[in-house]
Amino acid sequence: MGKAFKRPESLSENHTHYCPGCTHGVIHRLVAEVIDELGIRGRTVGIAPVGCAVLAYNYFTFDFQEAAHGRAPAMATGIKRVRPDLMVFTYQGDGDLASIGMGEIIHAANRGEKFTTIFVNNAVYGMTGGQMAPTTMPGQRTTTTPFGRDAESIGMPVKMAELLAALETPGYIARQTVIRPKYIVRAKKAIKKAFTYQMENRCFSLVELISTCPTNWGLTPAEAVNWAEDTLLSYYKLGEYKTPPE
Amino acid sequence: MGKVLMKGNEAIGEAAIRAGCLNYFAYPITPQSEVAEYLSRRMPEVGGMFLQGESEVAVAYMLFGASACGERVFTTSSSPGISLMSEGISYVAGAQCPVVFVNIIRGGPGLGGILPSQGDYFQATKGGGHGDYRLLVMAPASVQETVEMVMMAFPLAEKYRNPVMILGDGLIGQMMEPVEFPDHLRTEPTNKDDWATNGMDTRKDNKQNLVKSLYLDPTQLNDHNLLLKAKYERMKQEDVRYEPYNTDTDYKVLIISYGTMSRVCRTAIDNLKAEGLEVGMIRPQTLFPFPEKAIHDAAIKESCKAVISIEMSMGQMVEDVERCVQGKRPVEWYGKCGGDVPTPEEIMDVVRNWKLET
Amino acid sequence: MQREVMFAGFGGQGILLSGKILAHAALEEGFEVAWIPSYGPEMRGGTAYCTVVISDKSIGSPIIKNPLHLVAMNRPSLEKFAPVVKPNGIILLNSSLIPIRSGRDDVDELVVPVADIAIELGSIKASNIVALAAFVARSKIVDFELLKEAVKEEFAKKPKLIPLEMEAMERGRKAAQG
Repeated sequence: MGKAFKRPESLSENHTHYCPGCTHGVIHRLVAEVIDELGIRGRTVGIAPVGCAVLAYNYFTFDFQEAAHGRAPAMATGIKRVRPDLMVFTYQGDGDLASIGMGEIIHAANRGEKFTTIFVNNAVYGMTGGQMAPTTMPGQRTTTTPFGRDAESIGMPVKMAELLAALETPGYIARQTVIRPKYIVRAKKAIKKAFTYQMENRCFSLVELISTCPTNWGLTPAEAVNWAEDTLLSYYKLGEYKTPPE
Repeated sequence: MGKVLMKGNEAIGEAAIRAGCLNYFAYPITPQSEVAEYLSRRMPEVGGMFLQGESEVAVAYMLFGASACGERVFTTSSSPGISLMSEGISYVAGAQCPVVFVNIIRGGPGLGGILPSQGDYFQATKGGGHGDYRLLVMAPASVQETVEMVMMAFPLAEKYRNPVMILGDGLIGQMMEPVEFPDHLRTEPTNKDDWATNGMDTRKDNKQNLVKSLYLDPTQLNDHNLLLKAKYERMKQEDVRYEPYNTDTDYKVLIISYGTMSRVCRTAIDNLKAEGLEVGMIRPQTLFPFPEKAIHDAAIKESCKAVISIEMSMGQMVEDVERCVQGKRPVEWYGKCGGDVPTPEEIMDVVRNWKLET
Repeated sequence: MQREVMFAGFGGQGILLSGKILAHAALEEGFEVAWIPSYGPEMRGGTAYCTVVISDKSIGSPIIKNPLHLVAMNRPSLEKFAPVVKPNGIILLNSSLIPIRSGRDDVDELVVPVADIAIELGSIKASNIVALAAFVARSKIVDFELLKEAVKEEFAKKPKLIPLEMEAMERGRKAAQG
């Protein structure tokens, strides 16, 4: 009898640098499992963002590029246009994708580039030390919103999945979360769908994953899960926002 | 194939194809949008790839991603567009990807104008983006030379795993001259399996390839920069290009000029010769690496009383010329911005006036 | 020897094309050539001009302040450029649209009702070819037969126009002789 549970081949043996209670590790594993299951490790290229996942290439065992802040979708476009046979995904946080890289993600999605984006939304800038993100909630304190995000002056948090789903170009756009085990099966299903659409050369695909950042939220991991469930999930609704026509 | 009459911008596009580069990403900007227009028609004919990106910022990263997976790629733009790409160029240089950039310079700063200029000399040769990096920069003076330099740019970029820039000006792009595409400059892309993220299946190995510019460890980053520096030093040894003109005479004045400006100077030199005044010229064909020794040696010839850097800028290359001449001769500058290219008559006056003053 | 021809007129008069055809013919005759356009805001309507440099050796400066010849298709072009033409050059002026003369007595002034001739032929669009033919017939700057071939090649994708353009060539040549 073989092992019932083992490390995916796509995941390296390196210990991650992520904080306790962070969900990046779970998401890395889901991506690695999907890539293994689809048997595409040998033709996959990942693109690391600027943000906490900047070193993501240390945790995967296939080819990787490292982008500048927000530009991963442009790099993915470059790869897919010259090597459509490669399976390409960008792994981006909310500061990277929804702030500095807003232009790149929208245009890539609108061109219907056939790559996959894993969008990790934890409502805060992680690596730079807890500053406000476009996805920071009203009233949420960060190091640059010490009195809480004031929607009057800064606007409301950006709902990327809804925004991208509004584009006329066909695509697969879903939002899931990995904050509790009960959500993980659905999250993995969405990730697998996203990669499958890419394999079928169908459409652009993006899975937004609501995540935790206990360190920068100033909460314990357990409190962070509760806060995410209460606050983030009531604003960022889970579900499939767009699927390509059959 | 004989010579055909082609506009510089169209010749750039065709030259890339003839060199074996079938991937082009770009964003339109005057005065070089004809390259994109030409390639949007031509690439499909040759099975190539054309994509108009949403901005120069994005285009720089499309090039980065494509080049990082081992394919030949290039773009063309003009000054403000190159400024936007400069962020990406720094990453491309840091990650050692062989991308070819063409800058058909227009006047600046800011929006400036759309007429010929050489105001991007510093940006091209000293690094427009952040960090210690250099581009190999070539400056053509005719449409034919533009073709040849574009064709040479790809193997050079691959030789050094470094971005190469062709620095032209609006006139080079807009002018029509006879061109031919030398078959011997058509090259096969080098094998990039040892570094490119072209997929492990492509390489038949099980080892991750990683293209990145991040080195958080100070020793590693220093080592990385030393490696880059070694490449730039090698360029200085192996790929300096320049053209001397009228330097076998006892010239009184030595002109340093490149691109379109050097052609104006050539006419001025011919006319002055007819008047009995000998003037020599060194025309840098590579701006980085700069022909340091050639300029130094030409400047210290006994007959030579002064060196004049003539450029369509407010005095950029002159700083490199001063560096080469090492104070052994007076170094002057003459130039204009704005697109009103100095005429041969103006250059003749500059040279004559200098001589009268001494 | 180097000779320069400036073509100038309204945008849409086929100015840049005339220059290109002349450059092409000169290339076929074995000369070095350069075709230098004005570009920029002028491209969008208004005045268009280009300069063709033809030489038996490598061409230096592409900046030509004083061309040897001028083909002026409208009045503003004549007024602007006639004063800079070198002595002993040719100034061809399109008298259909230009009521004045160059005012130069040191050049060969060739007055041709270019647009009227083209209209007689059936299309005012042939004006540029009438002017080009007249200019070349007078200046002999390139072989007239090579010029014809260059025109045919230029219109190869619109073969229906070739008989008209050939007629324009002949009428232009006659105008230069007359």
